Amino acid sequence: MAEPTKHESMKLCPKKLGLFTAFRLMLVRDLTLAMRRRTDVFTTLFFFIIAVTLFPLGVGPEMELLRTMAPGVIWVAALLASMLSLSTLFASDYEDGTLEQMVIAPYPLSVLVLGKLFAHWILTGVPLALLSPLLGMQLGLSTDAIQVLVITLLLGTPVLSLIGSIGAALTLGVRGGGVLLSLLVLPLFVPVLIFGSGAVEAFSAGINIDGHLSLLGAFLIVSIVFAPLATSVALRISVE
Amino acid sequence: MLEARNLECTRGDHVLFNNLSFTLSAGELVHLRGSNGSGKTSLLRILCGLFMPTNGEVMWGKENINDLREEYYQEISYFGHLNAIKDELTGIENLKISSKLADIELSEQQALESLEKMGLYGREDLPTKFLSQGQKRRVALARLLFSEAKAWILDEPFTALDVAAVDLLQGLITKHLENGGMVILTTHQDVALTLGNKARQINLDS
Repeated sequence: MAEPTKHESMKLCPKKLGLFTAFRLMLVRDLTLAMRRRTDVFTTLFFFIIAVTLFPLGVGPEMELLRTMAPGVIWVAALLASMLSLSTLFASDYEDGTLEQMVIAPYPLSVLVLGKLFAHWILTGVPLALLSPLLGMQLGLSTDAIQVLVITLLLGTPVLSLIGSIGAALTLGVRGGGVLLSLLVLPLFVPVLIFGSGAVEAFSAGINIDGHLSLLGAFLIVSIVFAPLATSVALRISVE
Repeated sequence: MLEARNLECTRGDHVLFNNLSFTLSAGELVHLRGSNGSGKTSLLRILCGLFMPTNGEVMWGKENINDLREEYYQEISYFGHLNAIKDELTGIENLKISSKLADIELSEQQALESLEKMGLYGREDLPTKFLSQGQKRRVALARLLFSEAKAWILDEPFTALDVAAVDLLQGLITKHLENGGMVILTTHQDVALTLGNKARQINLDS
């Protein structure tokens, strides 16, 4: 699906609303909806907290061991938590017919999708990143390492939402879609996991982490550009 | 002008219709008939560009709708089996969002007045999950009041509506046709609008 050029989109929306309005419409709508059904947001957060808390209970309370494991554990838990929330990303819009209306709206579908994904990140990624210092302390990470952890989560979680949306769109309306979604999406999350948790580990080992952060940033930029396009193509197929 | 050229639609191995051609010009009402499973909804979805026909093409003016995309979407308003309203949002919020999605900005006052016009007085501020099926349908139909689209594609718009609402909707459609709009609809109900010779009939069974 080709993104219309600036000239074309001016022609589409003569004198009136632009692409940013479309983006903001979906963003505000999804945030409002989330405020009305808060359980979805809290489910993700509690999953994150519980998954991380299980590790000290299972592995034993040796601080040194937990400290080495902490970045990986927190990152894997964040990854699973954000995947958990992906299955509901388009599901309700699909069921009540709103998705059809989005597909035939006079805006590029990818812009509407980007708005939805930004809302999804604010509702999952940001709370996860904000909660992670608490869990980091619980696992004995140093204050500086916790700061790095938060930065990597803030850079990495939007990538998870963006890549995950492609899988969510492809498995829409498929029976047993949830499992299929994780099979599709988890392998794609691997690079983000490696560089996300790798940055914290490297920092603790005293190695420069600029490379890790630049790569996470690059993932983010590439997925902001391509994921909404891929998702909108997948959505058109699912709606059909 | 909306034009269907040699449309063919298959579902599985079953051919629903083929070689279907027709045009819809300004001020014209087409009533799409056919038994259950004859492909009425599929045809309407093809006209919206939501569904790809096995063969044939849909033209708006002189261009294929798949080339026009967003430009075409500005010209149509599709009303399907699903209401496309959010249970958690109030009638006003739903109406404002669906209008904005069609590139029309409504004020709070306009949204309130149009919902009252749709007979939802006193229920504008309720989350729509507390409304009945017919009332939800009315909330969804309210966006037609402000629609600037030329072609209305309505799939069973009269279901779940009471007599008053059916009349209201017929009035809306008549006004839209008088303003040079075009309408294609399916319905199994006999309504005044489709009974006379005002509507051109297309029968998918024959």
